[in-house]
Amino acid sequence: MHKLLASAYKEFLLLTRDIGGISILFIMPLVLIVTITLIQDSSFQSVTETKIPILLVDNDNGSVSETILKGLDDSNIFEVIKIENEEDAQNLVFKGANQLAIIIPKDLSSDLEKKINQNVEGILSKFGIDEEKNQQKEIFIAKEVKLYFDPATQFAFKNSVKNEIDKMISKIETQSIYNAFQKQITDDPTEVIFETENFISFKEILPKNDDEIIIPNSVQHNVPAWTLFAIFFIIVPLSINIVKEKSQGTFVRLRTNPVSYLTVLGGKTVVYLGVCLIQFILMLLIGVYLFPAIGLPTLNVSGKLPLLFIVAFFAGLAAIGLGLLLGTLAKTPEQSAPFGATFVVILAALGGVWVPVFVMPQFMQTLSNISPMNWGLNAFYDVFLRNSSLIEIVPEITLLFLFFIVTTLIAIVYNEKKNAV
Amino acid sequence: MIEIKQLSKKYKGTDYFSVSNLDLYISKKEIFGLLGPNGAGKTTIISLLCSLIKPTSGSFSIDGLTYKKNNKQLKQLIGIVPQEYALYPTLTAFENLMYFGSMYGLKGNELKLKINSALQNLGLTQFSNKKIETFSGGMKRRINLIASILHDPKVLFLDEPSVGVDVQSKNVIINYLKELNEKGTTIIYTSHHLNEAESFCTKVAIIDHGKIITQGTPKDLINNQKNANNLEDVFLALTGIALRDHA
Repeated sequence: MHKLLASAYKEFLLLTRDIGGISILFIMPLVLIVTITLIQDSSFQSVTETKIPILLVDNDNGSVSETILKGLDDSNIFEVIKIENEEDAQNLVFKGANQLAIIIPKDLSSDLEKKINQNVEGILSKFGIDEEKNQQKEIFIAKEVKLYFDPATQFAFKNSVKNEIDKMISKIETQSIYNAFQKQITDDPTEVIFETENFISFKEILPKNDDEIIIPNSVQHNVPAWTLFAIFFIIVPLSINIVKEKSQGTFVRLRTNPVSYLTVLGGKTVVYLGVCLIQFILMLLIGVYLFPAIGLPTLNVSGKLPLLFIVAFFAGLAAIGLGLLLGTLAKTPEQSAPFGATFVVILAALGGVWVPVFVMPQFMQTLSNISPMNWGLNAFYDVFLRNSSLIEIVPEITLLFLFFIVTTLIAIVYNEKKNAV
Repeated sequence: MIEIKQLSKKYKGTDYFSVSNLDLYISKKEIFGLLGPNGAGKTTIISLLCSLIKPTSGSFSIDGLTYKKNNKQLKQLIGIVPQEYALYPTLTAFENLMYFGSMYGLKGNELKLKINSALQNLGLTQFSNKKIETFSGGMKRRINLIASILHDPKVLFLDEPSVGVDVQSKNVIINYLKELNEKGTTIIYTSHHLNEAESFCTKVAIIDHGKIITQGTPKDLINNQKNANNLEDVFLALTGIALRDHA
């Protein structure tokens, strides 16, 4: 125990003597979390407040194009710029001047009306309501609303625009069918035959905490994800610390001392775990006090602090285990630092920090299950957003702890084998 | 005290033995010098005896103990002063010594007293709270030595303890080592300074190509070698004048 405490004290001294290094350890994660949250929050605001200019070529000039135009205006997302020529629109979009161009085909309104009228008449004649006209059915070619996207446009944006336009077209078609029936059944356009309001709607039911509804916001999502990311970055300074011991000769001295490698690593674990927890506290403070001051939503931690600290503790252990292993395996800081940094980014990607795991391909989802960052993130989300209890996060924190044990054991066994006499 | 039997070491990727079938006995309270040109195998022998590397074959015991059976006991028994400064540059001399002393199980006032006494003996008391990175080479060498003797080792291994230090520092180090030896510490040391070895060692072994060419007291070796006036003459006569550069 005495040797462990002495080792921890030495690590504490080494860390505090490097003021620049320790500042980076604490300040950079805070800068990261503030920057990311501001970007995500502002991009959300830009979608709702700043309009995206899009091009519209209206070859139809009818009721359908009018409805599309109105729908785009009403969405409050787009600023519609009408231009005459499809080729010009295509060039502008493909060069990146605009994100999107919508080309409405010629005669869309009239052909749609004719086709629907023909279908409605056919239906009514089958019921004997309308007399069957023995004229030959006109064949209409399906119309295409063309969409040109800037090649740099993100997939998610493209998808949401496509969905929006698809919804608009479906609505127009439905409305046109109702109108056609109305015309066939009554000559009075004011008579209400069909209720055209949506019968089915949806409502999001949010989880509750003691009857208080938990409303997730960008901060509740960002803080856990990026806190975890920052905690895992501890593997870089930790592995460099171990490699430096080897290169400056102190490790050689320690190998001749009656002290086990477990004790040496134990000292590092104690101190670096402390660093992780301080990082975590600072991030929570930023979320609770700084975010509201700069116009971001407040991080809600009420009633969750003990569980959050438990998750941070075990996530920190998992990160430290990885750092101990990397430091033991690496021979130079040039090996450990770039590998450590890149590996954390890979683990974050796998863990769902950037892209939710459920949208990943099946293979990546399976791989994600073995990422400690995924376990940590799930545990944080369980506490922050799903109002889970300690029992419910036990599986995740157990996995994090086992990860720490396994990585540390591999480091010790590797070291013993390498230096066995 | 130290009994070495048929000890050999061949490093991976080399086609020669750095130490080959070495048989050696070093008595208690001896100051034993391992002398030889670059690449002769001196540091390899010290590394083997300090359990830093694994022998390819052969065995040895120190005070009847082996690393396989008595690892902790043996490590408590020995001290090693490595060739490089095995110290934390950003810690003070006192902090470094407190840490390394603790690794031998020393603590509290006992440890502080030992550190202060050693610092005084080696003329470093006024620098105890200065960081190692501000020290000269000679000062670092002395701290390097203190870090290895706080637990009063029975056997002290020194790998080139006076390399790169000024005459004054060297003098202080050698005198301190003599004091330790008088108190009962067996010293095994490697050096390129043959004059220093001649006056300091009670016995020396000249090694080349991993083998002992000759061993005995410096006086006997000089007397037994034709036209030799000092240990350097003996050394050159036995190892030749060809350069021993290697990479």
